[in-house]
Amino acid sequence: MAARTVPIVPAAPTGAKDGAFEYLTTRKDELVGWARKFSLFPYPFVTACCAMEFMAVSASPYDTDRFGAALPRFSPRQADLLMVVGTVTHKQAPVLLKVYEQMCEPKWVMAFGVCASSGGFYQNYAALPGIDRIIPVDVYIPGCPPRPEMVIDGIMQLQDKIARAQHPILTRTF
Amino acid sequence: MATDLLESLQQQIVPAAGAATLSHGCLVFSLAPEELMPTVRRLKEEFGYDLFLDVTAVDWPADALRFEVVHHFASSRQPLRVRLKTRVAAADPSVDSLAKLYGSAAFMERECHDMYGIAFRGNHDLRPILLYEGFTGHPLRKDYPKGREQPLVPYRN
Repeated sequence: MAARTVPIVPAAPTGAKDGAFEYLTTRKDELVGWARKFSLFPYPFVTACCAMEFMAVSASPYDTDRFGAALPRFSPRQADLLMVVGTVTHKQAPVLLKVYEQMCEPKWVMAFGVCASSGGFYQNYAALPGIDRIIPVDVYIPGCPPRPEMVIDGIMQLQDKIARAQHPILTRTF
Repeated sequence: MATDLLESLQQQIVPAAGAATLSHGCLVFSLAPEELMPTVRRLKEEFGYDLFLDVTAVDWPADALRFEVVHHFASSRQPLRVRLKTRVAAADPSVDSLAKLYGSAAFMERECHDMYGIAFRGNHDLRPILLYEGFTGHPLRKDYPKGREQPLVPYRN
C-alpha cells in the first residue's frame, strides 16, 4: 500500500501583490443597511385568517427565505421585524404593544393584510382600526388576504427602506 | 315518534303560553320570565333535554318588553330541538340563571351579559368574558353606536 502523500502548497510570500482585493470602500450606512436588510428575523404576530397566506408565502413555493426573512423568532427579543398578520382587537392591543416594546432596536413593523393596515371591513366595538393607531408601521400590505407576490413586494420595499435608511450604530448620529 | 314527542311537549309544557310553533325543526315556546326555570327543569328531567346549546338575546328597541332572551336545548334521546323565548323589559332585564341545571350555561350567560346586559339571577360570576374590564355599555344592543370605540391603548394620533 502506497504511502499517502500530501501535496505541499507553497505559501505566498508575505507582502506580495497578487491582484486580489485588499480593501474596498463603501459608506458605513450602506454597509450596515446591506447587512440588515438581508437578515430580517420576523416575529409573526398571527391572529387571524391571514395566517394561512403567511404560511403559504413562507413555505417553499414562494419562500421568503430568499430575502433573508425566513427564520421566525418566537421571542420578540430576538426579532427585528414584527409581522402583524390579521385582525387585532382592542382587547389584544395591549399585547401587541407589549410585544413591540420588547423588541430591540433596530426594528420594523409590517402590517400584513387589510385588517392590520386599517381595520379592513370591521368598524365596530371590537376591532382596532389599523395597528398604526398604537405602533408605527413601516410597510402596509393590502389585500384580504394579500397574494404572496404582494407580501414579497412588501418585503422588498422594506428592504429598500432599510438600505436607504441611516443606521447609527456607534453614536446617536453615526 | 317525533310527532308524539311534539304533541306531548306542546300539551304538557306551559299550555298557558299558547301553542308552540315549529320552526326549522325546532320547537319554539314563548314564556314569561317566571315560567323559565320550571319549564327548563321539566325539559331536562322529564323529556331528556340534557344538552344546553346556547343562550343569546334579541333586542327589539320599539317594544315594551325590549329584550327577548333565547335559550336552545338539544337532547341525546329526542330528535327535536327546543327553543325558549323569554321577553323581559329594559328596566329590569333579568331572567333566572340555568347554571345550576347546566354547568355550561354559566359561560354562555356571561357572554350574553357582555353583549346585551341581561342579568342572570343566580349566576354570581358575570365578569366580562369576551369584552374587557372597563368596557361600558353592551355592544350588541341596537342603541350602541356603531362607531364607538373603547380602546385599551391610547392612540398615537
